[in-house]
Amino acid sequence: MITPPALQTKSVIKTYQSDSGTINAVDSVNLTVNAGEFVALVGPSGSGKTTMLSILAALLKPTSGEVLLDGIDQSGLSEPQRVKLRREKIGFTFQANNLVPFLSARENVELMLKLNGRLDKEGKDRSVELLTRLGLGDRMKNLPSQLSGGQQQRVAIARALIHNPSLVLADEPTASLDTERAFQVVETFANLIHEQKRAGIMVTHDLRMCEFVDRVLQMRDGKLIAEYSGADQISNFMANTRH
Amino acid sequence: MTNEFQLAGYLAWKEIWRNKGRFFLVSLVIALITLLVLFIAALGEGLGNGNREYLSKLDSELIVFQENADFVIQSSRLSPSKVNAIRRVDGVAQAGSFAYASAAIVVTGEAEPVKIALIGLEANEPGTPTAVGGRPFRRNLADEVIIDSNTAYRSKLNVGDTLVLRTSQAEKEKTYDLTVVGIAEGQQLGLQPTIFVPIQTWEEVRPKSSAEIGNNSPTPNVAIIKIMDGFTAEQVRANLLAEIEKIEAGTLQEVIEALPGYTAQQSTLNTQGAFTLIIGILVIGGFFQIQVLQKVGQIGVLKAIGTTTPTVAIASIIQIVVITTIGVFIGALLTFLLSLGFPPSIPIVFNGFTSLIAIIALMAIGPLGGLVSIQYAIRIEPLKALGLSS
Repeated sequence: MITPPALQTKSVIKTYQSDSGTINAVDSVNLTVNAGEFVALVGPSGSGKTTMLSILAALLKPTSGEVLLDGIDQSGLSEPQRVKLRREKIGFTFQANNLVPFLSARENVELMLKLNGRLDKEGKDRSVELLTRLGLGDRMKNLPSQLSGGQQQRVAIARALIHNPSLVLADEPTASLDTERAFQVVETFANLIHEQKRAGIMVTHDLRMCEFVDRVLQMRDGKLIAEYSGADQISNFMANTRH
Repeated sequence: MTNEFQLAGYLAWKEIWRNKGRFFLVSLVIALITLLVLFIAALGEGLGNGNREYLSKLDSELIVFQENADFVIQSSRLSPSKVNAIRRVDGVAQAGSFAYASAAIVVTGEAEPVKIALIGLEANEPGTPTAVGGRPFRRNLADEVIIDSNTAYRSKLNVGDTLVLRTSQAEKEKTYDLTVVGIAEGQQLGLQPTIFVPIQTWEEVRPKSSAEIGNNSPTPNVAIIKIMDGFTAEQVRANLLAEIEKIEAGTLQEVIEALPGYTAQQSTLNTQGAFTLIIGILVIGGFFQIQVLQKVGQIGVLKAIGTTTPTVAIASIIQIVVITTIGVFIGALLTFLLSLGFPPSIPIVFNGFTSLIAIIALMAIGPLGGLVSIQYAIRIEPLKALGLSS
């Protein structure tokens, strides 16, 4: 029996109207991400990767095409159904404003379980375990303002994974981190996605981070123009590409 | 829905608890608005009460005036024969003469005499206040006086003491010694402490011009009517107007509203109270609006990770209600504590019903002021809030 991909898009198009006419921010994108696979979405500014990420996150409806998450087409869902989908099946980390400022690190992670009505003893234990694994065992009671940028991103990673989502999305997770922290964060992220068999997509400008992914999808002018998989192809891509 | 309420309560409470100082400051602003509104309400009640206290406590239904007096006591004169005629009208159980004058009493140890309302009443007729200490009048001519509790407080007189009344008689000051036979609970009229004397005594001691000296027949201002069982005030009023010429009759409420300055005073204070509430709504609204603007990103994250819009709205409402409740509670407590330090001579009266209405109105200013901010929070789009929109 063939396992369906965790995420699949079919001819996804997103158009915007502007004074100069219709702009295709995303143009007929077809992609597939399997469970346990970590993929980088790269491209220059304006290439459509952020719009694509927003569509995959069920924050934006495509103009046409299908976005299948665990086989369910999210493009036809109502707003409340999309909110439910985000809550149950998707995990997020963002560039900034990642954490809820008045909740401690542990409460931020547990919030996802609370949202899903699943905060039991097992969930609490799992939150502690995950934060400890991410090196935040002694920071669980700290508020985001008491954590460094790297620690905040690690809390966001824990929050993105705690509720066992099918898809984990990261938008420039290393944008505000120094190089050393950035490598640590992405490596940890990659390890957890592989271990927990989630489908992970990371949008990044920093091609050095592609070292930790299984595949690289390159976008330009809204189109998916290239795909690199395997260590050699990805290394060559990293060596030869300048945005 | 239960989970939404629980989650909203959790988010609302955590945010308040982790930002105690900021939210407490808002509560303090609400507390100060509460203090101001409750004091204005109490002042309105106190001034209104000081104006109408005697009338509102009367055990009667109608007051008869001279025609065209427009229910103003000082503008009316009724002859004793007219008062007798009133007593014979169908439906009138009792009619008592009421005569009003301004005078002063000499208080030991005080440089200035205390200005009072000197009221003449008939013994055993409507109008005589119930004496909580002492006894009522027995005759219409006696050197006796019943004083209201406010007069008692200011003059420190008790039952059995002698009250010294000072009036002007044909351009000369004259004093009269009257024995306090009773003390009645608050009976102020026209914001003046009152003393009550038998009607014939009133005629003797009231301020008089030289032309009036020697006149021993008192002319009451109005007649206070108690109606018979089985009659309504409207029926008796119709009978009075039909049977007696050149009079007008008003219910107690009509007479209170016609008290000089009463309506203007009350509407001024009510307007002040209403404006304070409106300012409160704007201040609180402004605060919550700024707060929502400061946390657009935070609300965006919450919505992006799957928090429903109703949860965000309910959390905002809970916060507003909690902060407002704490503020109103602190304000009411401060008002109570401050009121303990005010002497009874200051016309501040905390009426339970008026205070309750003011507190309900104050409880509404938070949610009303916060409506715009809640609306704004509802409309926050996670894409824009997180900077993901193109």
